[in-house]
Formats: sequence, C-alpha cells, structure tokens
Amino acid sequence: MKDELREAVRALCRKYPDEYWRGLDERRAYPEAFVAELTRSGYLGCLIPEEYGGAGLGLRDASVVLEEINRSGGSAAACHAQMYTMGTLLRHGSEEQKRRYLPGIARGELRLQAFAVTEPDAGSDTTQISTTAVRQGDRYVVNGKKIFISRVQHSDLMILLARTTPIEQVKKRTDGLSVFLVDIREAGERMRVQPVATMINHETNELFFDGLEVPVENRIGEEGKGFGYILGGMNVERILLASESIGDALYFVDRATEYSRQRIVFGRPIGQNQGVQFPIARAYVATQGAMALRDNAASLYDAGQLPGAEANMCKYLASEAAWEAANAAMNTFGGYGLAVEFGIERKFRESRLYLVAPIANNLILCYVGEHVLHLPRSY
Amino acid sequence: MKVAVCLKRVPDTTTKIVIGSDGKSIDENGVKFVPNPYDEYALEEAIALKERAGAGETVVYSLGGDSSQETIRTALAMGIDRGVLLQGAGSADGFEVAKTFAAELKGGGFDLVLFGKLAVDDYNMQVGPMTAELLGVPCITTVAHLTLANGAIEAEREIEGGIEVCTCSMPAVLTIDKGLNTPRLPSLKGIMAAKKKPLEVRPVHVGVGTLMVSSLTLPPERLAGRIVGEGPDAVPALVSLLRTEAKVL
Ligand SMILES: Cc1cc2nc3c(=O)[nH]c(=O)nc-3n(C[C@H](O)[C@H](O)[C@H](O)COP(=O)(O)OP(=O)(O)OC[C@H]3O[C@@H](n4cnc5c(N)ncnc54)[C@H](O)[C@@H]3O)c2cc1C
Repeated sequence: MKDELREAVRALCRKYPDEYWRGLDERRAYPEAFVAELTRSGYLGCLIPEEYGGAGLGLRDASVVLEEINRSGGSAAACHAQMYTMGTLLRHGSEEQKRRYLPGIARGELRLQAFAVTEPDAGSDTTQISTTAVRQGDRYVVNGKKIFISRVQHSDLMILLARTTPIEQVKKRTDGLSVFLVDIREAGERMRVQPVATMINHETNELFFDGLEVPVENRIGEEGKGFGYILGGMNVERILLASESIGDALYFVDRATEYSRQRIVFGRPIGQNQGVQFPIARAYVATQGAMALRDNAASLYDAGQLPGAEANMCKYLASEAAWEAANAAMNTFGGYGLAVEFGIERKFRESRLYLVAPIANNLILCYVGEHVLHLPRSY
Repeated sequence: MKVAVCLKRVPDTTTKIVIGSDGKSIDENGVKFVPNPYDEYALEEAIALKERAGAGETVVYSLGGDSSQETIRTALAMGIDRGVLLQGAGSADGFEVAKTFAAELKGGGFDLVLFGKLAVDDYNMQVGPMTAELLGVPCITTVAHLTLANGAIEAEREIEGGIEVCTCSMPAVLTIDKGLNTPRLPSLKGIMAAKKKPLEVRPVHVGVGTLMVSSLTLPPERLAGRIVGEGPDAVPALVSLLRTEAKVL
C-alpha cells in the first residue's frame, strides 16, 4: 500500500509545482485548488474508519501522504489538521456525535481543521489556560482568548480546550479541562477572529471568546477529562507533523543535491567539495534516523499502543533534520537560496515552524528527561 | 459498452537508461516503470466511455512478467473494472505481440479495443493496427478526438497541417494520441478498491517472430557549452567554430 500511495500522492502533487506555491506565498492565499483535489481524492479522510465513510488507513499510510506533499515542495500545513483533528471525536466522542460529523468530515464537506489550545498567558504550560467554559443549563458559556489558532477561517468546526473547573478546585492541574466541538459557522460575534501575520503563508489567528454558547451535546467525552483526550491526539499530530518535516528535509536534500551537481564554480561542480557535500549528507543521515523513529512510532500506534516517547522523539529529530537540511540547502544555493524564484527561501521559512509548533523542541526534551530518563521534572 | 485497453509497462521517461551487458536490452536494475503514457489516455477514454454509457465493462490487458501486475493495478485504481495479465516474455516483433492480443481478445465481445498510439520504449506503432487486422475489424490510429453515435465512430486525427476526420463502425480498434483527454489520477478509494478487483493471470507463449533487436546504443552525451568570447569581437571566432567544429554552417 505504501508504495502505491506514495506514487499516487506524488502524481497529484506534480500538478502543483513550485510556481503554484510561490504564487500563493506572494498573495498569502490559501491553496484552494490543491486542498480541493486532495479532499476529492480521499486523502484527508484516510484515517477515518470505513464505517464512517473514510478509507480506514493507519498512521503509517497517512504519514506517507503528508511526507510526499512536503517533499514535492508544497505545504501540507494548510490542510493536515483535517486528517487528524477528528481523532479526538473518533476516540472520545459518543456514537451519535460520530455518526453526525465523521461522514461529512470524511467527504470534506465539513472542515474540522482548527484546534484551539494555545493561549497567550499559558504558552507551553497548557494546564494554565484561562479560557473557561461554565455550564448553564443545556449549554456551556465560553470566555477567554486563544492565540495561533490555525485555519479557523477555513474550517466549519473547531476543537476547543477550556477549563470547566477552576484550577484551585482540582486535585491535579490536568483535571478540570474539557473538550468541545465548536460550530464556527454559528459562533457569530461571540467569537472574534483576529488574524496573526507570520513570516509564512499560514492562516493563524487570535480568538476572543465573549460569552460563546456551546450546547452540552457538543462536549466531547466527560467533563473535566479533556486534557487526557488532547494528549492522546497529540501523539498522532506529532507523528504526522514529523512526516511533514521529513518531507521538508528530503525536499532540501533533493534540491541541494541536484543543484550542487550542476553549479560549476572554480571549474568544478560545487558538490565535489566536501564543504558542500558533507552538510547535505549529514542532513540526509539525520533524516534517515528521523524516518526510522517515525516509522517505529507509527507502527506502534497502528498496533494499538500509545507511543508517547516515540512520537515526541520523532517530532524532535524530524524537525531538527529539516532545519539542518534547510540550512545546508541555503548554503548550497549561495545567493540563489535567497532568491524567491528558487523556492528554497520559502521552504526554509516554512520548515522553521516545526521547531516550535505544535510543541517546542525544548519541551520534548523536558518530556524525555522526566518520563524516559526519570529525572526530576524540570518544567 | 464493452471496452478493452491493452497496456504496456515501460521505463519512466525520466529514468536514466543503462544498457544491459548483452548490448541489446535495458538493464532493469533500479529502473522505475510506469504505464505507457499514451496508454493512460486509452485507459481514461475507456473509463469515461463506460461512465457516459452508464453501463458496460472495461478490461485491461497487459503482456509481460509478474511485475506488470503492478501496472495493471494502477489501471484498476483509475477505475478499470478488471485486469488480465498475459504472462510471458514479449517479443521485439510487434506481429507476435499482436497475435497474442488478438487471440485473447477474439470472442471477448468488445465494442472497442484501445491502444496508445505508440509505446514510448520502442516507438513501433505496430501492435494496435496489426491486432485490428488479425481481429478483422477497422482501425483508426492516433485518435485525438472521438465521438460515438449509434454504433458509429467518428474520430479526428491530427495530421501534418490539419485535421483528418475518419469514420468506421464498431467493433473497432483505436490507437490513442495525447490530447484526447486528461487521464485521471487514482483516488485513495480507487487504490483501495483496486486491491479487490479481479486480476487474472494467463500464461501465454509469444513466438520469437522474424524481427530481432541486434543492438542498442545511447545517444551521444551532450557536451557542455563553451563561451567563445564577448561582444562583436567574438563573432568571427564563433562563425569559424560553427563552420569547422560544429559544421552547422
Ligand atoms: C504558525 C503557528 C501555528 C500554530 N497553530 C496552532 C494551532 O492551530 N493550535 C494551537 O493550539 N496552537 C498553535 N500554535 C501554537 C504553538 O503550539 C505554540 O507556539 C507552541 O506550543 C509554543 O508555545 P509558545 O509560543 O507560547 O512558547 P512559550 O511556551 O512561550 O516558549 C517560548 C520558548 O521557551 C522555551 N521554554 C518554555 N518553557 C521552558 C522550560 N520549562 N524549559 C525549557 N524551555 C522552555 C520553549 O521551548 C520556547 O523555545 C501555532 C504556532 C504557530 C507559530
């Protein structure tokens, strides 16, 4: 399956060459045509079980899809969340919620690709979020703010993490948080969306909740258990975004290798110099390591385990490998690396994101220190 | 509407070709193989014809080794209903290949048999027309536009400096030119469905025939360009080189 899938995604991506992505980047526009075709071809619904209208594939296959998109020079960030945000619903939603939403998500008619966790005053310390959801009869009333919430303007639904019991009243700080499915189309004035301009073409926003009402039936799972639900989904997110970084790394290695073979300076291809060759080779080696760990993490997940450490570590290795490869490519291309027409600078900017999102790499080291090496908690 | 497509597995046109140690075949090591690009137009047309007719069957035939199963699966993933692998070594003699296809297709009840106008590996353009002849049905080659009405075919061919319109009745063999359509990419559902579609393997014996390949050589490598000089002063040197070295003047 993996090879056929890879070939098929490659063939699709070939229709969206560098110029397509460069044009979007210049206009800061959403890749409508690309996302529509990807959706139509069924790739974004690949993780949804067949009984809900998806393809019922595993993470190993889904990884291939995102890896190939980024390797082709594209950016899966515009739509990757449509693949996995539904996971919270799938794993913790009621049968009724699943029947109601998953088939539409699988067809792409319902876009659930916004995931609202990060807050300005909490940052990486998720349990400190201050957005609250207070129950009033058959609804919850949401107040607070979020930042860097991506794709809200291209979503119909959004997963929201909010505090339902004040932190002073819970035994553990991870308790008292709940997950909601917010219908963005009905939110109106109660949820203000303020775009955040960034150095990449990526729609991300500040959200201001001012008494947004969410029906009780839109709560996912039990009240107060939301943090655990979100963490489970994060394993998937990390493995998939590691795959995008691997795609980025391979893109840089592909382009740098090709360019260094062709560019003649001092009467020989620059790739003949170890000073040029080694950084590319080193980045390639790092990428292979990341791939092995990613494949392992994905296989464990597909086999029904919760590979927290593996998922975190592969995200770490992959994003670092991509950044190493990005710098190797930038150096290989010399001045042309900065020239927009060559595409390297755009991917350089895009690949940088994954060192800090969806989790900053330092926090992965914090996790490994605490949970794998059993050192004292450092954060 | 029952349509057969004959499909060949060929090296990807972007693959770097290495000639085998026998000097007359391609070294298949590390070569990526793809469906013959012209056959993809034929596959698309077959699927679209059935879709438009609302009923019928599409069948893909390929002659080759077991690796051709992968190529057949690609066709099934696009939407062809079932596949048949004529398992055996091909022949450089197109007539032998045509005989093999004709024997398989005879009695199949096909309204149309489609081929690509040529296979990009050997550029023979023979198998389609020869198969038509052996089946005793008309053949229109390099079809760039196609209309079917009441069992009659009207096909346009892009000939030098113009368009030729040909008609014939069904059943018929058509060889397809690019531009007839845009081949669809397999969707994820298509890829998954293809695994469950029937793929029959039928061993065949293809005759050696009367035509052999005696050798293969790669085109000469293109030499790097050279800057002769700059400005008008360089013109005499350039002209002289074009005359004496490149011999193009
Ligand atoms: C383009 C973009 C899109 C995003 N999309 C989303 C989205 O859709 N949904 C969402 O919820 N979030 C999203 N995010 C937010 C992202 O997940 C956060 O930026 C990330 O988790 C880091 O949080 P922060 O920016 O508040 O950094 P901070 O938590 O302020 O950290 C700043 C720096 O300090 C380091 N640091 C902090 N604490 C420690 C410690 N104890 N030990 C060592 N180092 C430490 C961090 O590693 C980091 O380098 C997005 C961010 C960006 C930039």
